[in-house]
Amino acid sequence: METRVNYKNDLNLMATELRLGLPGSHDKPSIRSNKRNSPEISDYSNSKTNSTITISENDDQDSPPPAKEQVVGWPPIRSYRRNCLRNTKKGEGEGTWMYVKVSVDGAPYLRKIDLKVYKSYPQLLEALEKMFKLTIGAYSEREGYKYNGSDYAPTYEDKDGDWMLVGDVPWEMFVCSCKRLRIMRGSEARGLAGV
Amino acid sequence: MESSELKRSKDSVNSCESARRSSFPDEVLERVLSLLKSHRDRSSVSLVCKDWYNAERWSRTHVFIGNCYSVSPEIVARRFPRIRSVTLKGKPRFSDFNLVPENWGADIHAWLVVFAAEYPFLEELRLKRMAISDESLEFLAVSFPNFKALSLLSCDGFSTNGLAAIATHCKNLTELDIQENGIDDIGGSWLSCFPESFTTLEVLNFANLTSDINFDALEKLVGRCKSMRVLKLNRSVSLEQLQRLLVNAPQLAELGTGLFSQELTIREYEELESALSNCKNMHTLSGLWDATGIYLPALYLACTHLTFLNLSYAALQSVELAKLLAHCPQLKRLWVLDTVEDKGLEAVGLNCPLLEELRVFPADPFDDEIVHGVTEAGFVAVSFGCPRLHYVLYFCRQMTNAAVATIVQNCPDFTHFRLCIMNPGQPDYLTNEPMDEAFGAVVRTCTKLQRLSVSGLLTDLTFEYIGRYAKNLETLSVAFAGRSDWGMQCVLGGCPKLRKLEIRDCPFGNAALLSGLEKYESMRSLWMSACNVTMNGCRLLAREMPWLNVEVMKEDGSDDSQADKVYVYRSIAGPRRDAPPSVLTL
Repeated sequence: METRVNYKNDLNLMATELRLGLPGSHDKPSIRSNKRNSPEISDYSNSKTNSTITISENDDQDSPPPAKEQVVGWPPIRSYRRNCLRNTKKGEGEGTWMYVKVSVDGAPYLRKIDLKVYKSYPQLLEALEKMFKLTIGAYSEREGYKYNGSDYAPTYEDKDGDWMLVGDVPWEMFVCSCKRLRIMRGSEARGLAGV
Repeated sequence: MESSELKRSKDSVNSCESARRSSFPDEVLERVLSLLKSHRDRSSVSLVCKDWYNAERWSRTHVFIGNCYSVSPEIVARRFPRIRSVTLKGKPRFSDFNLVPENWGADIHAWLVVFAAEYPFLEELRLKRMAISDESLEFLAVSFPNFKALSLLSCDGFSTNGLAAIATHCKNLTELDIQENGIDDIGGSWLSCFPESFTTLEVLNFANLTSDINFDALEKLVGRCKSMRVLKLNRSVSLEQLQRLLVNAPQLAELGTGLFSQELTIREYEELESALSNCKNMHTLSGLWDATGIYLPALYLACTHLTFLNLSYAALQSVELAKLLAHCPQLKRLWVLDTVEDKGLEAVGLNCPLLEELRVFPADPFDDEIVHGVTEAGFVAVSFGCPRLHYVLYFCRQMTNAAVATIVQNCPDFTHFRLCIMNPGQPDYLTNEPMDEAFGAVVRTCTKLQRLSVSGLLTDLTFEYIGRYAKNLETLSVAFAGRSDWGMQCVLGGCPKLRKLEIRDCPFGNAALLSGLEKYESMRSLWMSACNVTMNGCRLLAREMPWLNVEVMKEDGSDDSQADKVYVYRSIAGPRRDAPPSVLTL
């Protein structure tokens, strides 16, 4: 201990450093306070290479705050796992979406709806009825969609490219396999529902 | 053999005369020592005396190198002439989180070249965080005729072409384990490269790959490798294909399924269920991508003897998990996503009394808007039901000091306690105090603690506790914590067994760095990034300690005097010569 440079009393290492910035100001990129701090702003999607770590400014909110300030490499999750999560994101629908096109026979243009917003067939069908101002029909747990003489029938294109009547499979499975929706005219749909 | 005996007796003659000569002939000593597997025991043995050092080095067949730059391949080959199996780790752990520049190093090729000359009978190579190119894989495949086992974890730099080379040339391969690597997935034809006559594969893990594979080739391969006990598929393998594979491989002990979501007929479902339940030896189950409640019941009968269940790629809800766990009474290790929430963890506490390890990963780590996931309540529930718990990795958005105190009271045997409160610097959400007391409770109660990761709002008090109580601590990870140099000084001064210290975004500066001057030689490595360390501090460290490599990685546009990222490690190989321009060796 004696032979080494007594650096403990010589903390002037810091004071003698050439730095940019006003004297007395410490250019610390770290975070510490008694309150929750906003972490450093970094674009985590560029984090493959060295991203510059800048000091966040927590008090400059003229515009609405950014949705989420992200810190490089935080939380500490391996890139592999992060990529997997991004690819398999399903969850309960919060924060994710699943927009599919909806066409109605005879309508001049298509619409898009987010399937993740709905939790069941009745909710979906009610929303479609409202959106297009038509009646589609009733859905029951036991018997699925029942075409009961209304003008239209809801169908969907599944992952294999086949056109199916909405309501046969469990809701979760439907959401996974539905690529687009088509509200068919009653006269065409009669064939499907009669089966 | 004769020349080696001559060499050894020469060494014996040179050993200390005054020491009482071991009454065992060298051959017997070697035979005894060859039964020692643990590399730490072997290290201790080699320090006893010259005789034992030599006997140990001649009998060692496996070498473990925790930091590839701490030693050179030539030095290894000189000391250990009879190596058959090598484990090598390269980049600092924070490279997993993109904190290490690309092209940092840890390239395996130089090692392979030496091994090809010195260990032509090399059988096993296990790499973690190394850079490995397709050329290196090809070189490996053709240079070692006895090569049996290749395991790559968290490596990068290669593509499926490299795997094709391994499959083509390694006639005696028993293990191909590709895990969580940065692999360039060009396509699945590598599987077809295993020759028709090839039957020795016991471990095949390609869960890492995303592209479609040649299922026909896979089916034939699994069919003819009757000793296969570990099979981990990738997402492209469907449920129907899984069933076909299992029918031919009921002996599997570890299974990683492919995508666990498909529209099956009732008959197909029953066939799958039957094939799964026929795997009577199955103790580890993973994969289960996109698994939903619909097909999980197919697993129930297969789970009776399960000890390790990895659900970390299946976003299960609490009810689904609870139903599944009711069938897993023997479970010792469980990995889940936080979609199971506290209710799911309650089910863990109720159904898994033998649980020793729990890892809870966040499904939406970057989404702070909606509060979901697990809280302190889930962790507490598990601790009440699972007294044998000793390894935990827990990502959450809120925690309290009181909860952690309860947890360690219920489970005092923690060896690995890794708690990640995802918002940096977050206090106890009930009391608004720092989380110091939580980690104080951990280190005070868990005397066997080897590994600790801290998070939340922490003052220097946490580190005082760690230094005072964590006498068995070997690995410490710190982020966004501490108030002054004193914190880091406490740890460096108080933890005698500390080997790895990794710190990011903390207010520790030169005084803290330099207080560990003599300590770093007894450690594997130190990482400090976004702290207050300067170039001068690092230069001083490098100057005082010639056996340490002090490397600084500079960020673009940062202050010239700041040492943005510092990596310090002991080495007998001297400063490395393959550092890229962004890495300065002092």
